[in-house]
Amino acid sequence: MRYEAPQTLNQAVNVFSEFNGLKRILAGGTDILVQLRTDVIQPELLMNIKDIEELGKIELFDNFWKIGAGVSAANITRNKEFSKEWPGITEGVGLIGSTQIQNRATLVGNLSNASPAADGVPALVAANAMVEIVGRNGNRKLEILSLISGPGKLNMKSDEFISHILIPRQNKNSSDCYIRFIPRTEMDIAVVGCGVNLSVENNNISAVKVVLGAVGPKVIFSEEASNSLLGASLNADSLSKLQEICERDAKPIDDKRGTIDFRRKVAGVLAKRAVEKAYKRIMEDS
Amino acid sequence: MKKVHVSTTINGDNKEFLCDTRETLLDALRDHLALTGSKEGCGTGDCGACSVIFEGEVICSCLALAVEAEGKNIDTIEGMANDGKLHILQKKFLEHAALQCGICTPGILMASKSLLQQNKEPTKEEVRFWLAGNLCRCTGYDKIINAVLDAAKEMRETV
Repeated sequence: MRYEAPQTLNQAVNVFSEFNGLKRILAGGTDILVQLRTDVIQPELLMNIKDIEELGKIELFDNFWKIGAGVSAANITRNKEFSKEWPGITEGVGLIGSTQIQNRATLVGNLSNASPAADGVPALVAANAMVEIVGRNGNRKLEILSLISGPGKLNMKSDEFISHILIPRQNKNSSDCYIRFIPRTEMDIAVVGCGVNLSVENNNISAVKVVLGAVGPKVIFSEEASNSLLGASLNADSLSKLQEICERDAKPIDDKRGTIDFRRKVAGVLAKRAVEKAYKRIMEDS
Repeated sequence: MKKVHVSTTINGDNKEFLCDTRETLLDALRDHLALTGSKEGCGTGDCGACSVIFEGEVICSCLALAVEAEGKNIDTIEGMANDGKLHILQKKFLEHAALQCGICTPGILMASKSLLQQNKEPTKEEVRFWLAGNLCRCTGYDKIINAVLDAAKEMRETV
């Protein structure tokens, strides 16, 4: 296996795009090292991107946040300004593994593994985050729902890799939330996850995105559930409607972690709780 | 197979070794540098027995490649005691009987050291969460948590 650790993004793009064999990016390494060890994958080229300075930064611009592909989960959760603006994304990131894993694992890695149960992803989709992809023909931006095509699968060409995640600035009177269900208290994979981004005007919901994780081949943006809340105030009626739609929109599988019926039910409950929690955050801030 | 030359700093000393690109940092520490204090439990980042401090942060050395050590600073359990004098954490682990078979202990000590570097006064809950990635099948954890809290207390008092 050839190992490269380029110092600049340009070098990295050249090395990666010019190599024609089986290749992988090494960022946090918390998944690829396990795959190497168990011979799930035998890449001919492994390119470490952690030495590239611009991929190790969390930057704030006028309209968006830019998180590099080499930024560890711990560096995201430690960033007070970011976690205050996007508490839900931060919650998701903070749930990825133990202290040791948090210090290495990256949000881009969590995303590009394309696990249906990835904790980092639902809140990103709810926040309308995008990825910046670099390749032979320059940069392009892609919405996360278009990036992920199925379990473990991304819509990317062989010369491309993800350099950054772009997250818009949070709106006024808005907040987000991510919660998941696991049978233990820590260190587990989501049986169901739910990310919500919510805006409130005059006590009514003026914008909302409800996203379910671990209940389909990829994250599910429930447009119907989101629309059902639009213009409504938060009450028992609107919440039970939301719950019912999310139960229906979840398309889970049966496995040892949970049955279809259980997962559907939990999807509804989590959606309700996540909306309530995001709403509470808005009220506390205003 | 062609080996890669790696030059790194371990416990403050310059070290060099040759390794295969697929080799883990843990294997390089144990097999090339004879630093066998870091243990392999699971090899997949679940148990924390291989914990080392890499560039100031605790990581699982089974989930890092040996080649990544190039130019980096790494602290292992071998550097914890100073001139034969035990670190306060090590002393407290003995006092509280916070170990039995000892396989998980180097990793737990490294993770605890990293915690106390960042948080001088952790709560019981914070210690438990911080050490959630370090599995121990002997002690039941209580003694470990108490040892860490006691070490934190003594470190605050002696500074």
